[in-house]
Amino acid sequence: MTLTALLLSRLQFAFTISFHIIFPSFSIGVAAWLTVLEALYLATGRPAYRLVFEFWLKIFGLVFGLGVVSGIVMAFQFGTNWSELSRTTGSIQGVLLSYETFTAFALEASFFGILVFGRPRVAPWFYLFSTAMVTLGTSLSSFWIMVNNSWMQVPVGYVVKDGIYIPSDWAAIIFSPVVWVRFPHMLIASYLTGAFCVAATGAWYLLRREFAVEGQIMLRMGLYLAAILVPTQLFFGHLTGDYVHHYQPAKFAAIEGRWHDEQPASEVLIGIPDSVSEADHYAISIPILGSLIGSLSFHSKEVGLTDFPPQDRPPVVIPFFSFRIMVGCGLVMLMLACAGSYLSFKERLERNRLLLWLIFLSFPLPFIAILTGWFTAEVGRQPWTVYGLLRTTDAVTPFLTSRAALVSLVVFGAVYSFIFAFGIYYIYQLLRAGPVGRLVLPPPAAVPNRPMSVVDTNPRHLAAGE
Amino acid sequence: MALYWVFVLAVAVLLYVLLDGFDLGIGILFGPTRDESQRRAMLHAVSPIWDGNETWLVVVGVVLWGAFPIVYATLLSALYLPLLVMLAGLILRGVAFEFRYKTQRLRWIWDAGFAVGSLLAAFIQGMTVGALVQGLPIASGRYVGGEFGWFSPFAVLCGVGLCLGYALLGACWLVQKCEGDTRDLAYRLIPRLSVGLMIFLIAVLTYALYKDFPVMGRWLDRPWLFVFPAIGIVAAIALIASVRRRNDGTPFTMVVVIFAAAFGTLAISFWPYMIPFAITIDQAAATHSSLAFMFWGEGLFIFPLMLLYTVVNLRVFRGKITANSPDY
Ligand code: HDD
Ligand code: HEM
Ligand code: HEM
Repeated sequence: MTLTALLLSRLQFAFTISFHIIFPSFSIGVAAWLTVLEALYLATGRPAYRLVFEFWLKIFGLVFGLGVVSGIVMAFQFGTNWSELSRTTGSIQGVLLSYETFTAFALEASFFGILVFGRPRVAPWFYLFSTAMVTLGTSLSSFWIMVNNSWMQVPVGYVVKDGIYIPSDWAAIIFSPVVWVRFPHMLIASYLTGAFCVAATGAWYLLRREFAVEGQIMLRMGLYLAAILVPTQLFFGHLTGDYVHHYQPAKFAAIEGRWHDEQPASEVLIGIPDSVSEADHYAISIPILGSLIGSLSFHSKEVGLTDFPPQDRPPVVIPFFSFRIMVGCGLVMLMLACAGSYLSFKERLERNRLLLWLIFLSFPLPFIAILTGWFTAEVGRQPWTVYGLLRTTDAVTPFLTSRAALVSLVVFGAVYSFIFAFGIYYIYQLLRAGPVGRLVLPPPAAVPNRPMSVVDTNPRHLAAGE
Repeated sequence: MALYWVFVLAVAVLLYVLLDGFDLGIGILFGPTRDESQRRAMLHAVSPIWDGNETWLVVVGVVLWGAFPIVYATLLSALYLPLLVMLAGLILRGVAFEFRYKTQRLRWIWDAGFAVGSLLAAFIQGMTVGALVQGLPIASGRYVGGEFGWFSPFAVLCGVGLCLGYALLGACWLVQKCEGDTRDLAYRLIPRLSVGLMIFLIAVLTYALYKDFPVMGRWLDRPWLFVFPAIGIVAAIALIASVRRRNDGTPFTMVVVIFAAAFGTLAISFWPYMIPFAITIDQAAATHSSLAFMFWGEGLFIFPLMLLYTVVNLRVFRGKITANSPDY
């Protein structure tokens, strides 16, 4: 295989966005968690909430920073590497991303400063408001990006004039049914990420017999939330599968590992798809289940990959396996959330060290599910960038040299690995240290809009566990 | 409609240059500063607002893409390598805000990243302006210059100039935000940076006249353009006076005026081109339905809100920072 500018650009896009998505999915979840904590603290005045808040705020700050710097790269990459895509679809994609920037980034970036630095300077209600605005911003951002990506998956509401895609119906683009299943799927995935990271941290403290109060708050709130979210997520996953079945039959066949038309179709649970012999090796399959999953019927005909000319077929191996990994992670999360919530209701969770260990070790699951979910969606969309309309080969910057593309891939690879390694290490250190130290609260009489120094003149101290 | 988006774009570029200008400038000044307490003061002066500042860069990018897709596609793909350097620089400086307080032993890495990253980003931005003034090689709406078509001595000169300019903005921000020796340091730097900037401006002008850039023709066609440099000169005089009188609030305002004047000069001498002498605003504008959709939502309602957030943010964090502000 030669390293063409196209291949390098695809690698670079996949690498940078995979790196990017790790941070937003976490920040979307944790921002919501912070809002809940701050509201609880304002409502109850219980110091433990405040301690947990300050603790997660530090982690949020780090993760958010990594998300921002990696995201700025994303906003430029469309123009640098995919100039034909940008030129032809800018009237649609550019507009959607500009909505993302205007409604979301501006909101979160401005209020982020207040969230991290502003507590002594603003009134409590305004602080809560800022926290909520950061949450709103992160969620809006995922909304617009999903509208955009859904348009690439299932283009609607456009006409083509002189090779340029011109929007003809914005309502169709934004209220496309595809958006309204994929956006919840992504948003819930992010909240699940937050929930599992919080619960895992709580479990870790309980295992270490430290920070009992705070650990319990994290563990319980995380688990209860997950117990509600995981089943909802599996439901939206099913709906997402429906849209793929309906609009992208080739991708669906690749996910299912189905090479030939079948009626009724069987479901390949696991196997090794082979595009040379056009069959799955070592397949374990269940008859009829394929029709049931695809069309909710016992005898429907399901299409196979060989219905499509080879140049229109997506790669099979990646969508096939990444889909199964995502679903597998979902099922494991379901079990953990249910078992954990049940035991916690019975007040037996804190003594069950096995389950605590499993919950502690579960934090990578949502990240893995998110990445593999995106691999399924994006690799399954190939060879198209805009499904059925614009091929990936025609989307790339025509005059990009493989030398320039290689340089950029290596630079991004090096820079990202470097900051990622340190970022993870610093996050680990913060988590390890736990919600420690004495918390400095402003004196009750502190007025908003005063310089920070008022904090030190008459502080009230609070220690962990108080 | 296209005109409205040109206006938004202009505001966004100007705001970006002013806001991120001072925090990149502080990054540039941060490098040669050795004293830890001064370094801290410098970071404190920008850490709550840098993210909001940098967002204006993203705004510029996506408004270009949505409202003028051809310009976005042409410019970004043409500037492939420089943009790579700028993005890498912005990444390194961005993480430094969070990372440097997490370590003692390796702090120098993030400090170096902060300084070098800021310098690189500023340099590339200046170079881009230089390349645009000189004119990028474009034939029938497509870039044809190859990997290094943007490179020229003039562009490099402009890169250096913008570094000086940003550093000046940064110094004036420090004067406004800090007290004690950091403020004194900034006061000492302002005259030197201003002189450097002056020398650079003269060099640029001479070079442009000597090479007979097409842009210069505009100046002869539109003599009223000289209003802008005149405003700039008045502001420069006011700047010097305010530094003499140690009037903390004024220098920053004056440099803002100077930058705005320089920006006005450039913008009007480009008019009606977006990429000078290759692509005009009308050629570049997206279709009406895109511009209208952008206008009725984000243009009319959200853009003013964004300006409001920026003002709220600057207000919440106004006033001098003090030595005992906490670290994060
Ligand atoms: C599900 C959500 C999601 C997805 C799929 C993406 N992003 Fe993202 N992005 C976010 C959710 C997000 C966020 C949560 O809103 C971030 C993380 C930290 C932040 O500031 O905002 C963010 C940051 C962020 C920033 C920095 C904003 C700032 O300065 O504050 C940019 C420019 C982008 N993203 C651009 C992109 C592009 C071009 C993407 C697609 C190809 C993309 N993101 C995928
Ligand atoms: C039974 C469980 C699940 C099913 C049936 C399912 C189904 C799907 C399908 C078919 C896609 C591909 C959509 C496309 O091609 O556009 C997808 C994508 C995705 N999935 Fe799942 N999913 C499940 C569980 C999960 C879980 C638990 C998570 C995360 C915690 C997750 C996160 C994602 C993400 C982030 C994407 C990419 C975004 C998108 O295309 O919408 N999924 N899912
Ligand atoms: C955030 C999570 C995402 C991940 C992890 C992800 C992953 C990937 C992967 C693995 C590829 C390479 C596919 C291949 O070339 O075989 C790819 C390509 C691409 N994706 Fe995504 N994607 C994500 C989100 C998005 C979004 C939100 C958009 C659009 C707004 C998008 C647009 C593209 C484009 C333009 C390409 C390159 C052209 C192409 O190969 O089609 N992706 N992505």
